[in-house]
Amino acid sequence: MYKLLLCWRYLRTRYIALVSIISVMLGVATMIVVNSVMEGFSGEMQNRIHNSTSDIVIDALDFAGMPDAEYQFEQIRKAAGEDIEAMSPVVLTIGMLNLSPGGRSISMPVRVIGIDEATQGLVSDFNKYLQHPENRKKMSFALREDKYDTRDHQADGDAPDRSIMAEAGWKRRRMIAESLAREQKNRWENPAGAEIRRQSYVEGAEGGAAAPRGAAEGDPEGNVPPPVENVPTGDIFQQNPALAAAAAPAFDMAKDQHTGIVLGMLLASRRFLLDSDEPNGGCEDRFYVLPGEDVKLTFPTAGTPPKVASDTFTVVDFFESKMSESDSSFVFVPIRELQRLRGMSASAADAGMINQILIKLKPGVDGDRVRDKLKAIYPETMYSVQTWRDQRSPLLAAVQLETTILNVLLFFIIAVAGFGILAIFYMIVVEKTRDIGILKSLGASRGGVMGIFLAYGLSLGLVGSGAGLVIGLLFVQYINQIADFLSWVRGMPVFDPTIYYFNKIPTSLVPQTVISIVVGAVAIAVLASILPARRAARLHPVEALRYE
Amino acid sequence: MSDDRERIPHPTTSIDPHRHSMPRVPGSPLFSGPHFQVPKTERAEKAISTSVTIIPMINASPTESPLPAENQIDHLRTIDLYKSYRKGSVEVPVLRGVEVNIRPGEFLAIEGQSGSGKSTLLHLMGTLDGPDKGEIHFHGRRIDNLPARNRDTLRNKRIGMIFQFYHLLPELSMLENVLSPLMIADGVWSYLKNRRKYRETAKSLLNLMGLSHRLKHKPRELSGGEMQRAAIARALIARPELLLADEPTGNLDQATGREILKILRTLNEEQNITIVMVTHDQSLAAQADRIVRLKGGVIEG
Ligand SMILES: Nc1ncnc2c1ncn2[C@@H]1O[C@H](COP(=O)(O)OP(=O)(O)O)[C@@H](O)[C@H]1O
Ligand SMILES: [Mg+2]
Repeated sequence: MYKLLLCWRYLRTRYIALVSIISVMLGVATMIVVNSVMEGFSGEMQNRIHNSTSDIVIDALDFAGMPDAEYQFEQIRKAAGEDIEAMSPVVLTIGMLNLSPGGRSISMPVRVIGIDEATQGLVSDFNKYLQHPENRKKMSFALREDKYDTRDHQADGDAPDRSIMAEAGWKRRRMIAESLAREQKNRWENPAGAEIRRQSYVEGAEGGAAAPRGAAEGDPEGNVPPPVENVPTGDIFQQNPALAAAAAPAFDMAKDQHTGIVLGMLLASRRFLLDSDEPNGGCEDRFYVLPGEDVKLTFPTAGTPPKVASDTFTVVDFFESKMSESDSSFVFVPIRELQRLRGMSASAADAGMINQILIKLKPGVDGDRVRDKLKAIYPETMYSVQTWRDQRSPLLAAVQLETTILNVLLFFIIAVAGFGILAIFYMIVVEKTRDIGILKSLGASRGGVMGIFLAYGLSLGLVGSGAGLVIGLLFVQYINQIADFLSWVRGMPVFDPTIYYFNKIPTSLVPQTVISIVVGAVAIAVLASILPARRAARLHPVEALRYE
Repeated sequence: MSDDRERIPHPTTSIDPHRHSMPRVPGSPLFSGPHFQVPKTERAEKAISTSVTIIPMINASPTESPLPAENQIDHLRTIDLYKSYRKGSVEVPVLRGVEVNIRPGEFLAIEGQSGSGKSTLLHLMGTLDGPDKGEIHFHGRRIDNLPARNRDTLRNKRIGMIFQFYHLLPELSMLENVLSPLMIADGVWSYLKNRRKYRETAKSLLNLMGLSHRLKHKPRELSGGEMQRAAIARALIARPELLLADEPTGNLDQATGREILKILRTLNEEQNITIVMVTHDQSLAAQADRIVRLKGGVIEG
């Protein structure tokens, strides 16, 4: 009983104990916050990785691919049919994408992915990442009239401004066709004048108007956006009536589209941070190209040696998986068209070569088991069979390592708090030497005296980690508000959405982690009090009583 | 707990309030008896009854109950005690064969100069320290070699100690200080269960010491005499049969010192508590039943 009473009195009268409570508290709070943010990030990342690819991917190591998708599907079904929900063929190659925003030509290396629009959505979350609501329901490479999302449908809070998307679709295409027609007319009538005008625009663009189109339109300052009729589209064929006529005699831009293409969001736009005080998270997405416009794609054919194939495509949608790696390099085109252009099918009746098979498993099926089954029919010398985890294992392992290292470092914070407790307790024991002697003269046992200080350490640990737990949980709960506040105080963003491509800081609390942090902190506090407590217990009562 | 109670015999002449009516049988069984198995709750009730009876007794005129000394085993006895302290490599002998017998109910004064080893001897008697050589017997039972646990219990229940510097716990109020031996004796639950009775006992003891208005005060808010009276109350709360007082008046002015001594005398006479008081003050020592001198590490006369 006296242990509790004295422990309580010491706790209340020794303000120095507050120091150790605070250090335990800060350690626990930091560990909870950091762990939940790391967990949030890696969980979000895994989700995105998993959703942007299928459960299992079979890759042909030969660049030329494997023949006959239907035959392959049959083989796979024979091997593991009961586990498989859907399959989809993919043709993969590298290529060069050419855009012409503001009359300037931009070329970017891309990964060209030929997909089967009917089954792609069944094996992955491909459809979910598209920007037209109808495409999300049923993907199509046909251009939509309008009604593209003007707000990121995946964002659940503030979202960057994308009001420019209201213009996308056939609407946009007709407007461009109209302005082209006008310009061509102009050129016929006054070729020199048109050339001069075009020239001056290009120079102006060099002087800073090279900003993507989205910005130009909303720019309140003097940089007068070039009038729409001055904006030539990227297609050089269409600027030259003779060539255009030769390529597609009956092609009317206002009514016809080229083969559809879906661009990765980051190929088509850049995110700019304006001012964190503004709505929409202070961000704006500026587009180089909008659905309805044409782009050019160049890629190698499948022959040996490869030749260069090139064609014009009409942008029909954007793909935004929020994995910047994918969003900045993927373009999707219809698989049959890609096979044809690359010469991968001998005739229209031929099924054609494919590079990849995406497999979606039934819910609850163990991917590793199916992978091992499939490895039996797809020998490792020619094929790679991987689960989505295998595909990204280096990245996932890196994140795991990062979390572990951070935890070790943070644990040192609590260990430092533990040493603080140790030092403070030693001080208190020295200060209380006489009282310890008194207690012993009254019949307190060694264990009892030790108990006072262990209980003291335990209560410091409990109070400290309890307070840390509350603070940590509150911090995690309001982390985005806190980030906003810090941004406001510092005048610059703490969490820059243009870097992370998250609009909010993702967090995820794992109860086991939180519990082990709290238990660990309490254990450290108790451990740190063992040495001083033992010293107190071993004090010789007579020496202690003589102590003045 | 019960095992050491059996090891250290409770005398038949304990502080039972009804002891005067009980026949004192010389050579009565020392290692057993109804007292040893008394449950805690019953002890607490006895504590109350004691405190109630103390009040009239202290003010009443001393009633003698002379006991035939030769029929009794010594309450406390030291046999050839040696104790020395090390100062670096030099060994400083303090006690060199101390022999004292203290009879039950006796008020013994041990007189000696400062530094003669009085405190050392008292600490040995209270089992706070062990002798280098020699034995200490409590009711005929050797106690200096008991296991630590039993010595702790002995100090807690059978021996009360009073010091020159009071040695109250500064964080606790007067009442809590007085209660501290009971808190040490009991676990949390049994203490909480008996808390009310214990507090009543402590209050009446403090009342008896004239400190009823000081229950909630911390030691530093009190005068030396008040602190010493609180320390006496603390020494009495567990109803010990032996009181060891180390210069209890050493830090007090004469009038207050006399007051403290009067309390000790009354306790000795009315409660029949055996008291050993060490002092360097001859006039103080003169008030005891018997005086021995500690000089040169041995007891003279
Ligand atoms: N822990 C110790 N170490 C060394 N010498 C000590 C120690 N305690 C007491 N002494 C010495 O023992 C002697 C007796 O001390 P003490 O018993 O306190 O005497 P008294 O109480 O009679 O004044 C003194 O000379 C003192 O210096
Ligand atoms: Mg002394």
